[in-house]
Amino acid sequence: MKGQPRPAGCSCAREGGNMAYGFMTIFWRDMVRFVRFKTLLVSSLLQPALWLAFFGIAMASNFDRLTAGIPVAPGSHVVGYLTFMGAGIIAMTTLFTSLFGGIVILFDKNWGLMREILASPMNRNHIIFGIGISGVTKSFIQAIIIMVFGILIGTAFFAGFSPVMTVVGVAGILAFVAMFALGFLFLSAGIAISMESPEGLQGVITLLTMPIFFASNALYPIDTFPEILKVISVYNPMTLLITGIRYFAIGPDFVTLGKHYVYAPMDIAWAFGGLVIFTLIMFTFAWWRFRKAVVT
Amino acid sequence: MQRSEKKGEEPIIVVENLEHSYGDFKAVDNISFTVKKGQIFSFLGPNGAGKSTAINILITLLSLQKGKASVAGFDVTKDPQKVRESIGIVFQDITLDRDMTVWEILEFHGRLYNMPDTERRKRIDELLELVQLEAKRNERTKSLSGGMKRRLEIARGLMTRPRVLFLDEPTIGLDPQTRMRMWDYIKGVNEEGTTIFLTTHYMDEADHLSDRISIIDHGKIVISGTSWELKNTLGRDIIYLETSDNDAAVRLLKDLPAIRNIKVKSKGFSLLVNEDGTKVMPGILDILRNSSIELTTINLKKPSMDDVFVHYTGKELRDEGAAPARGMFLRKGGR
Repeated sequence: MKGQPRPAGCSCAREGGNMAYGFMTIFWRDMVRFVRFKTLLVSSLLQPALWLAFFGIAMASNFDRLTAGIPVAPGSHVVGYLTFMGAGIIAMTTLFTSLFGGIVILFDKNWGLMREILASPMNRNHIIFGIGISGVTKSFIQAIIIMVFGILIGTAFFAGFSPVMTVVGVAGILAFVAMFALGFLFLSAGIAISMESPEGLQGVITLLTMPIFFASNALYPIDTFPEILKVISVYNPMTLLITGIRYFAIGPDFVTLGKHYVYAPMDIAWAFGGLVIFTLIMFTFAWWRFRKAVVT
Repeated sequence: MQRSEKKGEEPIIVVENLEHSYGDFKAVDNISFTVKKGQIFSFLGPNGAGKSTAINILITLLSLQKGKASVAGFDVTKDPQKVRESIGIVFQDITLDRDMTVWEILEFHGRLYNMPDTERRKRIDELLELVQLEAKRNERTKSLSGGMKRRLEIARGLMTRPRVLFLDEPTIGLDPQTRMRMWDYIKGVNEEGTTIFLTTHYMDEADHLSDRISIIDHGKIVISGTSWELKNTLGRDIIYLETSDNDAAVRLLKDLPAIRNIKVKSKGFSLLVNEDGTKVMPGILDILRNSSIELTTINLKKPSMDDVFVHYTGKELRDEGAAPARGMFLRKGGR
């Protein structure tokens, strides 16, 4: 430092500075932390595979036996329960990872680290975006692990697909996962910046996951639900996500648990559009919470 | 020790009629002050006096409610972005991610402020050398001692070559040797040209470091000046007395021309005198002897910053239990 010519002020962000990549800083730090905690890393990668292995296989062996006697129209594409719920497991893992994705904000707030960030010239929206892409990255890794592991233990993902269709299928799944994950990451970030204690956040998240997960088509068809539950399920972002995953992983026309699923491309476009709207609403919520946030 | 206003006259922090309330409680009550470029300015006050509220407004973490404030030529309300680019901050509590390494802490900070890669890396090397943490470069911050953590935070505050460095009680919780070493760093940084805004409730720290001091209590600035000027307001010397009849003694002595003020203490009283205390003492002894008041203790000393502080805030340490209405807000006000 001695003898250095000393420019007045920070030479970096001057003249308004191009801070367009501020979110990359938040992303970088979150990834540093993600790979640093080895146990957390391994468990977060192993957990979805275990769900599929234990819950999936157990349920599949029962459901497939129960539905074996249901007559199926000749020529239809019958899909086993493990394949059906494999899509649900990808969605569930994405939901959990995303809802907890904002918790780092709460820890930063409680440890005083958020003050460093909020007092910096970086636009606050970049915190939200940074948490967003870091959470999406984690969800991508998990989704790919589930797909690979699922195929290994017998889910019929991409069965009968050409290589091109498989690539399109994976890309489609990741696009749905990304949009859904962003929505819940924004929600999580918005809640986290407003809360005081991790326990409170945990409570809110648990409260949210239950209806979102079970009032969806993750584990069973929703057609037989009572009317009110059915309405909730149809508009549940979780259902929209799973519809997309099944379309890209299994195909537009298949039969599971005796129910015939037919997806037109328009249905899929609507599902994705629904997720986009959901994510925009959640971003607005997070943006509003961060603008209000006073951390001293 | 007194490095009076030698460092230029250009104002770098200007605060006018600043007010801030939490509900009904006025944490900062109509304060105004100016810090000049290149100075070390100390904000002194008991817990809950409003120091941290004022600092949080200046660093743009709290929005300004009433009054005006500008830092490095930028208005904190109109141009908060420019203010943020011009300042460095060392927060009151340690704000380091325990699980990041020393290098990562600085790298993160440089990236937050959008420093270009080469400049950022070079600056990290310089600063690690300055605060003598090169050997700890790849260690996680949780393994650092309290002093090392503070040094790392000071390095972080300096990353972007700020024009003003805010230090909010930088030596709180450090042992005496580490504190003194910290003072050397702070002085070194200041000599490089960085203006320093310091809050502290260590009198010796303020006395040792500051070009200018303002004492704040109950949200108001009670006095400002160099440490020499502040001590001079108490007179040249302080004579402390304990007698057999303190009340009578005070009544007899209070009209002596040499005595500026009398402070009654629990067992005795202090005379703040305008003249050389050694010359005033014999007269006092005569007066007491003539009135048959027995003198049990006498003591002469130069006013210290502690005396200044006690004189102007009325307390050695804020008696938190005595003021429940304030106590409720101590956490917020103390920030």
